[in-house]
Amino acid sequence: MKRVLTPEIIEEKRREIYNTLVDPTSSHEQKVTYLARHAENFMTVLDEPEELDELMRCDIDTRCICNLFEGDAPYRPRYICIDFPKFLREGSEFLQLGPAKDFDEALTNLMIMYHNIPSITNYPVFIGDLDELLGPYIENLDDETVKKALRLWLTMIDRTILDSFCHSDIGPKASRFGYLLMEVESELENAVPNLTMRVSKDTPDDFILAGIKCALHSAKPSFANDEMFRGELGDDYCIASCYNGLLKGGGSYTLSRLILSNIAKRAENIEDFKTNVLPHVCDVMARYMDERIRFLVEESGWFQNSFLAREGFVQRDKFTAMFGLVGLAECVNLLLEKEGGTERFGHSDRANQLGVEIMDIIDDFNKNHFNPYCEATDHHFLLHAQVGIESDHDCSPGTRIPIGEEPDELVDHLKCINLFHKYFPSGTGDIFPVDLTVHKNPQYVLDIIRGSLGMDIRYLSFYASDSDVIRVTGYLVKRSEMEKLDAGQNVRQNTTGLGLGAAKNCKILDRRIR
Amino acid sequence: MAKATVNKIISFSCVDGPGNRSAVFLQGCGFDCRYCHNPETIHACIHCGECVKYCKPGALTLVEETVRQTDEQGVCCGDAGVVCFGGGVMPEVSDGLPGLRSADRGTGRKRVHYDITKCVFCDECFRHCPHGASARTRELTAEQVMQEVRRNLPFIRGITVSGGECTLWRDFLLELLSLAKAEGLGTLLDSNGSYEFSKDSKLMSVTDGVMLDVKAWSREDHLRVTGRDNACVLRNLEWLAHAGKLAEVRTVVVPELFDCRQTVREVSALLAELGCLDARYKIIRYRPMGVREQYKDLTPPTEDLLQELTDIAAGYGLRDVVIV
Repeated sequence: MKRVLTPEIIEEKRREIYNTLVDPTSSHEQKVTYLARHAENFMTVLDEPEELDELMRCDIDTRCICNLFEGDAPYRPRYICIDFPKFLREGSEFLQLGPAKDFDEALTNLMIMYHNIPSITNYPVFIGDLDELLGPYIENLDDETVKKALRLWLTMIDRTILDSFCHSDIGPKASRFGYLLMEVESELENAVPNLTMRVSKDTPDDFILAGIKCALHSAKPSFANDEMFRGELGDDYCIASCYNGLLKGGGSYTLSRLILSNIAKRAENIEDFKTNVLPHVCDVMARYMDERIRFLVEESGWFQNSFLAREGFVQRDKFTAMFGLVGLAECVNLLLEKEGGTERFGHSDRANQLGVEIMDIIDDFNKNHFNPYCEATDHHFLLHAQVGIESDHDCSPGTRIPIGEEPDELVDHLKCINLFHKYFPSGTGDIFPVDLTVHKNPQYVLDIIRGSLGMDIRYLSFYASDSDVIRVTGYLVKRSEMEKLDAGQNVRQNTTGLGLGAAKNCKILDRRIR
Repeated sequence: MAKATVNKIISFSCVDGPGNRSAVFLQGCGFDCRYCHNPETIHACIHCGECVKYCKPGALTLVEETVRQTDEQGVCCGDAGVVCFGGGVMPEVSDGLPGLRSADRGTGRKRVHYDITKCVFCDECFRHCPHGASARTRELTAEQVMQEVRRNLPFIRGITVSGGECTLWRDFLLELLSLAKAEGLGTLLDSNGSYEFSKDSKLMSVTDGVMLDVKAWSREDHLRVTGRDNACVLRNLEWLAHAGKLAEVRTVVVPELFDCRQTVREVSALLAELGCLDARYKIIRYRPMGVREQYKDLTPPTEDLLQELTDIAAGYGLRDVVIV
């Protein structure tokens, strides 16, 4: 069913456009992005499931499906993870660049490429496995030369790629480049780019410790369970955007999310939720995603015309889509309340077990849903524990325990997340601010990371509780920038606004310190 | 199995030795340091029942005494989960330092019962304790402690037993550390040095290292700080360093109480002489948190002094000197 734009809807959209035009807290760049989205949303090209409007375009407290601002006419994939080694090796005809022959050329070519990779925010969400990409170019350079170049290059990224969904990866092997990169990142304390260290059994302690020390200064890297991702996605995976496991040379067409906390409101009881309400919403969202993918692949022309596809930096059949969800904790709590239970998610076996049963239902649904264009992942979507958006209220990211309700003991917290990380090859993660004294004992964090690797824990982030750069839900922001924005000034990065909203609505500054 | 009075167990600790460790705090200490940050761990509960009045959640209750016995070591009595030193006499420890001060039983026929499941850890009980003790403790066997520690695998690299003074519970320690070793965990003791480690090869065979407090170098200073002589502490410093069992040395810096420069200098010189340059020397800033009212006006050291002390230690070649 194609939507009809009534005069009322059009009038409302015009009001939104006006508000964007005059918004004192948006920079020019941000306004241009929002205006493009407003224009896209005048289109009614998708043949949407009939039941969608009632589940998605409704009051925020009853909304069950959310398309995360993707717009109503998808004309580029949401997440694009290009084959950077090929680009450095061969150059690009469209960009009129030859192979990169030395470190300076590699840095410059990459920067040019970054500004030509679209996404939902127009900034690249994956900028490469930096150690593998750039390591070979620094063999004959001394440390100071490399660090000076990196300082300039990373500063340019932070000042020109204006949101922190931009993600880079290192590891699991230790490398000289990896050490130098982390040294410079600790100094700079920039929010962009985000950074993940893949960690395996073979990653040396010393490299992980360098990562931990860096994280205590700049809230990055986060630590990914390499063996877990590799087992699910193969060797060619990368971590993009917040913490999304995707295939290099591919990416994700789209991401929609189930708002489980609101879906639970529509159920009579646990049984009704499991057998009727949840499967229905999953079905509508999956069909909506199918249609978005169909339009993108068959009609938008992106895969036919973008130089990224034409020159082989991405291949259509390496794309998948992300079936997201938020608010499992609140969903479980509400369902138990409906049956007179007082157990809380994260604190009782019964509540956690209900969470597992709900995840099994969603996982089974996904395994039985077939999409013709997701060959890369056996024609299924990948589940994704979405990190939330600033307008979320009483709805925790993915399967996280609500802030303020974290178990007293970190070990109990870890055992709870251990139940849920396994469902999400396209990303989930938990975040722990740690006390200052850990600066003197980074092995404390190392032991937690090592312990997690042996379990089903996928992705962990740490930051120092007094740090300026902090992790909001997946992305990074600077406290100092949030304060400026809160005082009514406009700031450079889109994500600062998201962070400020999250600080106010989602209590991200109140996480339990470990 | 030997039991100990356990003040608390911290599942993950980043401040009780390298890496992430479970820390077990035992009740009772033969020293009476003026700046003690946990004075409620010094004495044994005498079951006077004063604290029960302040326990809002009802975790502490005064119950009729039903069990009263003293085992052959005269250490403890009662069943698990019940606080009672039973009027038993603590074993004598080296240098004639008395162990727990077994005070008169007060009411005699009642005792304070502690239910950890109701406890909200508000600390009101020991804040109001007139005897410098805590009733918020449990009598546990080594196996019972280990059961709690096992929950923290695989995230920890070891356990640290602290106090109070953990060596007052020697037999319990031996069992606990042996159980920890069987799990592949590292074992550290946090000690005030009042126990003659060199004479207990059995205990040392399951102890990876001792984190030793050197509270002051000169006997007079040590007496002023702790009320006790330090000959045994200094023998331990030398012996542990020599035996490769010195995991860490700590000195809490309170300038008006003892000669800090002398202490740091002499400790560093001894470690250097023994070639023990990689042992961590923790220079601890005195803070008034938790300290008893009558000693609260001690002055914390300046940053300059802490740095000077660090430089003294580093000057002797010590490679791991930290200020905390």
